Amino acid sequence: MQDLFEKHRGLGERGAALARIGSNPLAVSNSQVISPTRAIINGRETILAGTNNYMGVTFDPSCIAAGQQALAAFGTGTTGSRIANGTYDMHLALEREIADFLGRRHCIVFSTGYQANLGMIAGLAGPKDTIYLDADSHSSIYDGCTLSRAQLVRFRHNDPEDLDRRLARADHEGGRLVVLEGIYSMVGDRPPLAEFIDVKRRRGFQLLVDEAHSFGVLGRNGRGLAEEAGLEEECDFIVGTFSKSIGAIGGFGAGNHPMFELLRYAMRPYMFTASSSPASIATSLQALRVLKAKPELRERIAANSERLFNGFRALGLVTGCGVPSPVVAVRCPDEMSCYAMWNQLLDHGVYVNMAIPPGTPGGLCLLRCSVSAAHTTDDIDEIIALFGAVVSKGSRRVVNG
Amino acid sequence: MNDSDPAIFAKICELLQAFNKKGVALEPDLEIMTGLEIDSVAVMDFVMEVEDHFDIDIPLNVLSETRSIQDLVKVVAERTMRAA
Repeated sequence: MQDLFEKHRGLGERGAALARIGSNPLAVSNSQVISPTRAIINGRETILAGTNNYMGVTFDPSCIAAGQQALAAFGTGTTGSRIANGTYDMHLALEREIADFLGRRHCIVFSTGYQANLGMIAGLAGPKDTIYLDADSHSSIYDGCTLSRAQLVRFRHNDPEDLDRRLARADHEGGRLVVLEGIYSMVGDRPPLAEFIDVKRRRGFQLLVDEAHSFGVLGRNGRGLAEEAGLEEECDFIVGTFSKSIGAIGGFGAGNHPMFELLRYAMRPYMFTASSSPASIATSLQALRVLKAKPELRERIAANSERLFNGFRALGLVTGCGVPSPVVAVRCPDEMSCYAMWNQLLDHGVYVNMAIPPGTPGGLCLLRCSVSAAHTTDDIDEIIALFGAVVSKGSRRVVNG
Repeated sequence: MNDSDPAIFAKICELLQAFNKKGVALEPDLEIMTGLEIDSVAVMDFVMEVEDHFDIDIPLNVLSETRSIQDLVKVVAERTMRAA
């Protein structure tokens, strides 16, 4: 009999090699969280620069109060799925408010952002359909595609011409779903949406945009890339998460399709899991109201993003993409140097994400920062200074950056 | 192998060299991912080069059943025939 764990032996060897140098980047534990931008890690107060807490609302007093109230009034959990006993008025209220915020007729809330992609993609596309997905799509998109059992065609990252070629080659019937992201999570770049929409007009397909990293962040009202690009009507379906700019956990799918509500009976990741807890729904609802009431948060994150990006560029660091973005990644020459520098940053009190293949595109090894509206200018400058001391030399060795 | 397969095999091996960092000898029954010790993203990137060269789509569903170079030769032969 072969041991089922045999296939994971390689993972253990890779982990052991990393563990010889320092802390395991996949096993960081926060012993105390002081604010959206500070935690105690390894006994040290640490600046958090890799939490996707874009709007810094996790400690907003009104969100905490809303969560406490819901916890006291509705209990700790719903103990049921949305199609059984797990729908409360507040779940429906949150769906209504997100739909209104996005200017869409329909919205469905999921228990996590991961499930939102699984549910929406596998609910929309079936075995006779084809999904065209960007090569650099998040794993939840890949997994949703697998769950759908549709034909899966991968096109080159941010390349509308490549998508066009593949659509032209298509020889099968059935529906066509194209999946894009508002901001790609690893290097922080965004798609040329207008050019993709040109292809859409020419070839015909339905379009889903995952605004996980752009919801609340991009666009005049924070509705995401589709709003920023002025192309909301062309984006048939929007997916988003509550675990980033909303500071809770959960996700949503939204759209205008007249049969959209039928998805509630066609999405297994929606039907066969417990619904979000009352506290999480209540804080999500309040956080959305905070984002609407405080457009200055979007100005602050844009300013912070630009400051960090320009600071890194001035140091000569090779960034993941060429434009300022709330995700600012720095390329490292290889996995071991990336890991060593990540450890040094943590030892000096800055937490960022270490991102390595296969979680990254093109074999990139990245020190990935995510900026928050809650970071002060001093925080940003401290992160830049530390990268200057720790990363400058290592990153310059990146060739063809 | 039919007549066109050796040509497809040769081209696939040529395209694979960029991903063959360890200089493994490329035989028809070599399993691409485990044999070359490359990850799933690298395999998909390599297959994109194959798709471009032969002007075909190889859906990821098909790819999950394609392990060896020979398997891939078969898929390419089938799909180029269908496209012709």
